[in-house]
Amino acid sequence: MEIVVFAIISVVATVCAIFVISHRNPVSSALFLIATMVSLAILFLTLNAPFLAAIQIIVYAGAIMVLFLFVIMLLNLRKDEFGPERKRAQRFFAILFGFLFLILIATAIDVGLSTVGNPEVSTTKLAPAGVEMLAELLFTKYLFPFEIASVLLLVAIVGAVVMAKRKL
Amino acid sequence: MSMVPLSSYLILSAVLFTIGVLGVLVRRNILIIFMSIELMLNAVNLALVAFSREFGSADGQVFVFLVMTVAAAEAAVGLAIIICLFRNRKSVNVDDSNLMKW
Repeated sequence: MEIVVFAIISVVATVCAIFVISHRNPVSSALFLIATMVSLAILFLTLNAPFLAAIQIIVYAGAIMVLFLFVIMLLNLRKDEFGPERKRAQRFFAILFGFLFLILIATAIDVGLSTVGNPEVSTTKLAPAGVEMLAELLFTKYLFPFEIASVLLLVAIVGAVVMAKRKL
Repeated sequence: MSMVPLSSYLILSAVLFTIGVLGVLVRRNILIIFMSIELMLNAVNLALVAFSREFGSADGQVFVFLVMTVAAAEAAVGLAIIICLFRNRKSVNVDDSNLMKW
């Protein structure tokens, strides 16, 4: 069951991600990015992280992408303002080094998994089971980062208003 | 119920991350470069959640939660910068804004 879901979703996520970077129109890119995020949310569900799946859809696919679409609308770009894309040679080398980078990460994953070995828990565990454990960690072990995150969000709000406003 | 091995999730995460890197390298539209950065953050989130299940602890999920918070803050500030840049240069092409000061 999980394998079937994973196979379908991984193909959908990869294809949508490729469309994100290859589509000319930023609005289409944003919509494909939403599709990628929703498919990742489904993967989070199969990975026993329902809270993160919900947050992924509400915060990422909801809030952040709506912000993106608002900015695209605000800039009101015409076709000729998209500008020319990179030159052929540059694109060729970018794709070449991208593949080399992928091989590098894949090798690192392979070496890492073979030296560390598969953990013993992997066969018995049926996941930390969701929200309760996450909440407990968030308010005990990770209380300080949690509070810092709220300060970060406040600073981000102030920074965004200061920068985007024409006259203060 | 058969489980998908950790390595499959990590490879998918690596592929998505590489697509994000490619987007930053290939595209000139600053909005799409920004979306590629979001794509990379999402790829890392997937790896963290996969590790969290593999090791049977929720710590990875807490990290993902914090990464999402940082991503939201980054999106707000980044898009404000893009609006500022567009107001000054009348362009979203990164090659038109390659000087820190003029």
